[in-house]
Amino acid sequence: MTMPEKTFNIFDILVGSKGDRDFGKKPVVIQGITGSYGSTHTRLMRAYGTNIAAGVTPGKGGQNFEGTPVYDTMAEAVRATGAQISGIFVPAPFFLKAATEALDAGIKLFVAITEHVPVKDSIKVFEYAKKKGARMVGPNTPGVIVPEIMKVGIMPAQPFKAGRTVVFSRSGTLMYEVSFNLSGKGYGQKLCLGIGGDPINGTNLIEAFDLIRDRSDVESVVVVGEIGGDAEEQLAEYIVRTSFGKPVIAYIAGRAAPKEKRMGHAGAIVYGNYGSAESKVSNYARADVPVAKRPAEVPALLAKKLKR
Amino acid sequence: MRLLEYQGKELFDQYGIRIPRSHLAHTIQEARDGGKKLGYPLVLKSQLTVGGRGKAGAIVRCKSEAELQPKFNELLYKEVKGELPRGILLEEMADIKKELYLSLFLNRSKRCYSLISSTEGGVEIESAGNKVMVDVPVDGLTAETAEEVATKLGLSGRTVVSFVDFTAKLSRLVSEKEAELAEINPVAILGDGSLMALDAKVIIDDNSMFRHAELKKYEHVSELEKQAEVSGFSLVELDGNIAIIGNGAGLVMSTLDMVSDAGGRAGAFLDFGGRATTETIYEALKVISKIGRVEVILVNLFGGIVRTNLVAQAILDAYKNNLINVPVFARISGAESEKAREMLNGSRAKLYNTVEEAIQAAVMAVK
Repeated sequence: MTMPEKTFNIFDILVGSKGDRDFGKKPVVIQGITGSYGSTHTRLMRAYGTNIAAGVTPGKGGQNFEGTPVYDTMAEAVRATGAQISGIFVPAPFFLKAATEALDAGIKLFVAITEHVPVKDSIKVFEYAKKKGARMVGPNTPGVIVPEIMKVGIMPAQPFKAGRTVVFSRSGTLMYEVSFNLSGKGYGQKLCLGIGGDPINGTNLIEAFDLIRDRSDVESVVVVGEIGGDAEEQLAEYIVRTSFGKPVIAYIAGRAAPKEKRMGHAGAIVYGNYGSAESKVSNYARADVPVAKRPAEVPALLAKKLKR
Repeated sequence: MRLLEYQGKELFDQYGIRIPRSHLAHTIQEARDGGKKLGYPLVLKSQLTVGGRGKAGAIVRCKSEAELQPKFNELLYKEVKGELPRGILLEEMADIKKELYLSLFLNRSKRCYSLISSTEGGVEIESAGNKVMVDVPVDGLTAETAEEVATKLGLSGRTVVSFVDFTAKLSRLVSEKEAELAEINPVAILGDGSLMALDAKVIIDDNSMFRHAELKKYEHVSELEKQAEVSGFSLVELDGNIAIIGNGAGLVMSTLDMVSDAGGRAGAFLDFGGRATTETIYEALKVISKIGRVEVILVNLFGGIVRTNLVAQAILDAYKNNLINVPVFARISGAESEKAREMLNGSRAKLYNTVEEAIQAAVMAVK
């Protein structure tokens, strides 16, 4: 592990510290701002409070999107705004180029909303980001939200409330569903981060846990997982090995899914026992992490765990 | 996309990876031609995408032409895990001295590729001993690493040279064709110390297909899957009678689990992604309507930006146009749900406040 990895402070980058003049108003660049997806969500992010300072669409430099300046390249957008954060909304064939450009421009955190990215491109971008001391969230992620302050992503606003729980999720809609259930029972969130539904994640569950493990303003963690891969198994091992101190509750989707079938997400596939729900549940049990049977059960399990 | 053995071997051949002489047959006449070409004895191998062919008896030896017809016909109509073969591959018998296991695959947790090899070929890798595993960078395996693996495996002399050459070719194939997995079990070490791929399990990254026009010919999807794909849906056909539709793979999986917990059996998994408009819901219902065994449709939508009245309209349109005639049980969390409930009044569709209630009702309806 290199130094920048360990010291990566996502809260500093996303919102800064309370008392900063630009607390919660850090500039964000949207790559692919003029596309239908990018433009729709630029409006929604802005309405939520995100400071969308610039957009990038090659060939559309000099125009503006509803008042936000559009540049041809990330280098220009970053020079003009000083942004450290970008949201990538470009289609998969353009992802590698967009992400590389963001990293070359000095972006520290980029949220890769793009779906259907070839794994080879994801690995290349992941490795380049590591070299640059930057961090990718996604691809195929709904994004990140600091409830009631800002969001970089496509999640709806209504399920999220500010609070002290953190939600990490491998699925988009389930992140909304679980957060909605938590909010309804009084468990607001400090941060919700979509890991992404692909086999390769720029920020995996362990790295996500590292982001919050030493924070006193985070009380508990909810991990929404699904079948496929061994991210949950690795996380369980990490929780035990590092004596992770905060209460953790998990949910796993796909218990009833057939083997060797890709269940919507590129990463949601079971081969033999590898990636199966049983394997994940038994590993979580060893780490004393209760697994909810359905999303609505999460708040009750959390309440029980917090009482202990 | 999982390639059939003969398709994987076609790729191997393009990359100079040695394979046995073979002949693909779909009819007994083609098989006879193959027998003449290859000579006897030979091996008949069912071309399937499911594993465990050997155990299921879908790989058989054929000693003479007299045995060919009965053995070929038996294989051609033999289902393995519910799948019928897409052809039978006839192969010459190799002069095997020893067998290895070899695979190069996407290592999800390490975020690179990994190579595993073992001197216990021909068995499942989980149970094989003497395994060597190394990481492989995205640019491919180096000769030094390959040599190191060969030495650790205890290979020697000419076989080491063959191993380095063989794995370099496989690594190039994985990188250029964007495979998530290329597994050869077994690799045969022949009498002269050279290596030969006796099997091929290759999985191509579906998301890379936009730059692999040359692999399009290997795609094998049903009409229904094709229709779903064109609309941007993920569809998995299952064997029960409850079709599950929703926005988001995780949410639909979660619904599938709860249906199963409630004693129901899902007949389809359909994730229509992020866009919940009247048109997408209507298209989703259209796809589902083609699956005969579906007796009820369960809709689970979550999202603050879903307009529930648009969903209700799509369901009403589907009934009006006789697209569907089975009941719909829906949970739609979103704006204007009261209006949607009113709209659906008097139709065969019913809206519920929680997904648990909708599932209960759907399972009861098919009992």
